[in-house]
Amino acid sequence: MKKFFRGALIAGAFAAAAITAAPARAEETIKIGILHSLSGTMAISETTLKDAMLMLIEEQNKKGGVLGKKLEPVVVDPASNWPLFAEKARELISNQKVAVVFGCWTSVSRKSVLPVFKELDSVLFYPVQYEGEESERNVFYTGAAPNQQAIPAVDYLMKEEGVQRWVLAGTDYVYPRTTNKILEAYLKDKGVAQEDILINYTPFGHSDWQTIVSDIKKFGSTGKKTAVVSTINGDANVPFYKELGNQGIKATDIPVVAFSVGEEELAGIDTKPLVGHLAAWNYFQSVDTPDNKAFIEKWQAFTKNPKRVTNDPMEAHYIGFNMWVKAAEKAGSVEPDKVIDALPGIEQANLTGGVSKMLPNHHITKPVLIGEIKDDGQFDVVEKTDDLVPGDAWSDFLPGSKDLEADWVAKKCGNFNTKTGKCGGQGS
Amino acid sequence: MSRYRFLDGAGMIFLAVVLAMAALIPASNLLLPPDSWLHVPDHMVPLLGKYLAFAMLALALDLVWGYCGILSLGHGAFFALGGYAMGMYLMRQIGPRGVYGNPVLPDFMVFLNWTELPWFWLGFDHFWFALLMVVLVPGALAFCFGWLAFRSRVTGVYLSIITQALTFALMLAFFRNDMGFGGNNGLTDFKDILGFPVQAQGTRAALFALTAFALAGSYLLSRWVVTSKLGKVVVAIRDAESRSRFIGYRVEHYKLVVFTLSAMLAGIAGALYVPQVGIINPSEFAPANSIEAVIWVAVGGRGTLVGAALGAFLVNAGKTWFTGVLPSMWLFALGGLFVLTTLLLPKGVVGLITDLFGIRRKSELPAPTAPAAPAKAAPAE
Amino acid sequence: MRLIGLRGATLGLLIAIATLLGGPASPASADPVDDALARFAADKYDETDKAIEGLVAASAQNGQAIFEAMSAGRLLYDPESKTVLIKDAGGALVLAKTGDPAPQALAAKPLKTVRLNNRVRRSLEAASGAFALQAPDPQKRIGAARAIFKTREPTALPAIEAALAKEKDASAKQALEAAKAAIILARQDAPEADRIAAADIVAAVGDQDALAALRTLPANTPPAVKQAAEAGVASIERWLGVANVVQDVTYGVSLGSVLLLAAIGLAITFGVMGVINMAHGEMVMIGAYATFLTQGFIRDYVPALSGASLILAIPVAFLVAGAVGVLIERTVIRFLYGRPLETLLATWGVSLILQQAVRSVFGPTNREVQTPEWLQGSVSFLGVSLTWNRIAIVLFAMAVFFALMLLLKRTSLGLRVRAVTQNRRMAASMGIRTPWVDAMTFGLGSGVAGIAGVALSQIDNVSPNLGQSYIIDSFLVVVFGGVGNLWGTLVGALSIGVANKLLEPFAGAVLGKIILLVAIILFIQKKPRGLFALKGRAVEA
Repeated sequence: MKKFFRGALIAGAFAAAAITAAPARAEETIKIGILHSLSGTMAISETTLKDAMLMLIEEQNKKGGVLGKKLEPVVVDPASNWPLFAEKARELISNQKVAVVFGCWTSVSRKSVLPVFKELDSVLFYPVQYEGEESERNVFYTGAAPNQQAIPAVDYLMKEEGVQRWVLAGTDYVYPRTTNKILEAYLKDKGVAQEDILINYTPFGHSDWQTIVSDIKKFGSTGKKTAVVSTINGDANVPFYKELGNQGIKATDIPVVAFSVGEEELAGIDTKPLVGHLAAWNYFQSVDTPDNKAFIEKWQAFTKNPKRVTNDPMEAHYIGFNMWVKAAEKAGSVEPDKVIDALPGIEQANLTGGVSKMLPNHHITKPVLIGEIKDDGQFDVVEKTDDLVPGDAWSDFLPGSKDLEADWVAKKCGNFNTKTGKCGGQGS
Repeated sequence: MSRYRFLDGAGMIFLAVVLAMAALIPASNLLLPPDSWLHVPDHMVPLLGKYLAFAMLALALDLVWGYCGILSLGHGAFFALGGYAMGMYLMRQIGPRGVYGNPVLPDFMVFLNWTELPWFWLGFDHFWFALLMVVLVPGALAFCFGWLAFRSRVTGVYLSIITQALTFALMLAFFRNDMGFGGNNGLTDFKDILGFPVQAQGTRAALFALTAFALAGSYLLSRWVVTSKLGKVVVAIRDAESRSRFIGYRVEHYKLVVFTLSAMLAGIAGALYVPQVGIINPSEFAPANSIEAVIWVAVGGRGTLVGAALGAFLVNAGKTWFTGVLPSMWLFALGGLFVLTTLLLPKGVVGLITDLFGIRRKSELPAPTAPAAPAKAAPAE
Repeated sequence: MRLIGLRGATLGLLIAIATLLGGPASPASADPVDDALARFAADKYDETDKAIEGLVAASAQNGQAIFEAMSAGRLLYDPESKTVLIKDAGGALVLAKTGDPAPQALAAKPLKTVRLNNRVRRSLEAASGAFALQAPDPQKRIGAARAIFKTREPTALPAIEAALAKEKDASAKQALEAAKAAIILARQDAPEADRIAAADIVAAVGDQDALAALRTLPANTPPAVKQAAEAGVASIERWLGVANVVQDVTYGVSLGSVLLLAAIGLAITFGVMGVINMAHGEMVMIGAYATFLTQGFIRDYVPALSGASLILAIPVAFLVAGAVGVLIERTVIRFLYGRPLETLLATWGVSLILQQAVRSVFGPTNREVQTPEWLQGSVSFLGVSLTWNRIAIVLFAMAVFFALMLLLKRTSLGLRVRAVTQNRRMAASMGIRTPWVDAMTFGLGSGVAGIAGVALSQIDNVSPNLGQSYIIDSFLVVVFGGVGNLWGTLVGALSIGVANKLLEPFAGAVLGKIILLVAIILFIQKKPRGLFALKGRAVEA
């Protein structure tokens, strides 16, 4: 009995040591949390962003840090596990006392950490294009809202390719659902008939595309010009494009415009059969500006890989990180409350030659670029909006949100109803 | 065989530790000043609560695997169903505080243009109804599934693989936005439970204490089951199913009872898990999660109940620690841990402790022997 | 936009006709060609489009070469002097206008490539399409005729007729006839009888394009023609209904072959040896990475063999994955025989380690495995189209399956494997070195999984997660077919594949899969030991 007790004690001590041990803290640094999955299904996309953040922080430290203090990155691995995202966010904020967190990729990971950021009042920079329909005080959205990606892409296809028939293909989760809903409403607004729109959802990681690609082929052979708008997520894209190439669907027959396919995703595919298919982003590696050239050089030097590509979410982190630095310097503090108040209105040159601005709705202005896939896995920019497009948190094309507006400066509200004049959504 | 003691030494220590945690951790968190070295930091409370909920799941799994020889690779499904039932209650409690401000419909339904609440959401605004569903839904599923499977004598790996298929099918189903459970995003952004804000430290501490009590309670219940006559028959079935049947026991009935009970416990664990981590989504159904739960049991020591709970606690604490300290290497550490435990500690941590301290467990149940190996006969016909 | 493309086509045809009819192209005045070429240097798609049009209109002597270079991305220009150059296949620079070698001074300048977008590409296709009708390769002529059949561009008619007059190749002739019919069908001024006859020819083609041609007749078409077209539509639709089922079944067989490949290694490690091998997926992944490395090695060191790199990757993948398998068996699994459930835990740990190891070495992102020329594209047969790589996978899966059967049934290793798995102690007392046989069997199963990786690298991501996406399906296939029975694995894989594809059109991809999983669960109730249950005492062992 006594010995048993000793055993239990040892085990308990081990457990306690395991969970409370935290690295000792040096007081002179400002900690920056990096919350990107380094293992599991999302590691494929998110690891790059972790590296990009490490590079940006290193750069900033070379310039002397922020407010005279060095920055210290704190990397954790939420392992593509959504509850773990919330747990790790909590650990970063309350245990590691980070000043700001850069992280998340999927919508669900953002939704999972949201309550934590609200409760502990910290700041999250979210770098990925997303479905909108959200504006939170503690979150800054540096990726594209649907009006900064989907709608300009569809406009381009109508104008430039004369597309009349549309396949909206996506992975079954909230981003494709919303984007397709917005696009469906938008297309009907433009006079496209219901029978000229085909919507299709597939599960995550779908790998057998034979049936769907042949359906697309059938849908596209009525004589009307057809295009595919793809919100297919990450992993499923490679088999999808391989099937497209093999079934001989060329960009000149049925162009596919994708919102989740960038340089990183293409790095895994032989792009020769895909030349001419499109993607809509706010940044492409191929954009020829001095800033971008310098950024690419730094990135390739940092990763010690002269072939390493850059992509849109990396640029979003670049903009977001620099905005945070400026806001902290403007506020003279890295206190989340002060930074949150200082951020709207901050301007930062993006890598494509414009100056992005943080808006009161916590989204930023971005140019919209349409690129065609080239045979070397890069994109050829075929269209760029003249002005930067302001991100719209609440879509005007959805019945639930068209009256809503986010303004954290004047109204201090993320879901202000312009009809009822009250904060708090649609009401009853 | 002698009569088993209802509570043995390990059991008493376990109960004492769990109940002490239930009392001391909330007290230390709420009463002690934050700079005291005995203070449990705020973020630790829900974390420990999560471990305890997992420990409860491991306990439930050990009941069927350790004592009944049913290797369920789908227990995560029952856990997640319990979690969803609780999550639905918590969603209804949000009321008009969602981003769209709809008093009845959760945000994701407004978002998908649903106009009214689907029938299967009715009733979840009542806490008692949700509690009932936490137990009934996993129980009913386990009952139907078990009734079919045990009656037709699906055993061994066949059973394991179809339980895996079950949880995989449920995962795909819950991923579908059309199902009305929030799709991939699941249910999140909870506000209140029984009128108390979920994010308040007091509520957290109370939930923690509740989880600890539930764990202690389910330990007692499991212990009662395995020491009763039912338990003896169940162990007999584990060790020699055909013989038990020939003696005249209705094997499938015994299995069904234990399986259903275990699923209900898993459901309760899930319900306690959700308010503490703040999200429930279909990835809880992922087959990998269920396999991990099996691993907790194996690490702790199969067929010991205490070991299962301890294994869940240790593995998850290790995971938390490794993902923070070795973010890009932790899979090596965890993978290595699993390989080494299997090779060096066939009886798990509890086995190690008993061996180390030379404790004779005369009164204990016989350690589980390898159950019927999967058919491995002629390679090909 | 479309109009511009069509106009390009029209003009392209004009020169084609001119060349066709034997008259030499009228000597182009220098101005229009220079003018057109200068537009390329403007670096705007509109201008590029006009340049193509201009070249066609001027029937530039070097036009076809320019178009070819352009679609291959070998048309360059000097932004300063606006001189347009062609980089020929050998890398030498020639002047676009004349085809003469370019002066050295130009070659040293920073040249830019003339950029294409889809619209320009379409104009280009139309412009060079007319030339293609005259191509010496009959396949190219058929391709051009098919393209015209699709667009039904009325101005192409004279060119088609001219080509028809010269055509000797039967299938090219047929394609040209069909293209001609498609144009005549839509033509207002053609005699009614011709149009009705044309409707029949078009209907005989019987594919989606034919359907489109028959459906999109102008509004003022005479009723008799309309009737003929409608009859054609009905007959095609009747056929397509059948073809759809045939297509679903073939897709199902192809999916089933993928499942078979993924599962067959597991049928050995799990089915025959009884190891619940959770690291099986990672063996497939290792095979895929071995393919990636082999391709890279061959590309860098023996480029002559690059067409065969995929074939060379098969033994490499087998050996690498097999070696890893033997290593795992010797270090972990051999201590666990007789404790099958614990192999699940250990191999799960191994799988985590292998995933992370690959992630650390190769990075988390996808790696590119190229598809060789001979596996690209698809073949269409009576409205059912199948891609070459899918056909290859079906054949490959069958080959692997039968080779494995042969190995187990007809070789001494196979005999020993069977002996050891049936009765380890008896086999040992007969003098079989059971540890060696165990290691070899596990290595064999892992090696076969590695081979599957070669095939899967052609259709899926080569990433550290590759294995995870197949492990559940693999176990289902083996269990559904009956553990320990290779035939069961074959039948199981194919029936799951076909059932999945037959369900998909009705239920959608997700619901189809759910229905299938539930069906398997229910099926196991009916046959608790899988499709091909082993009989006898061994079952209860």
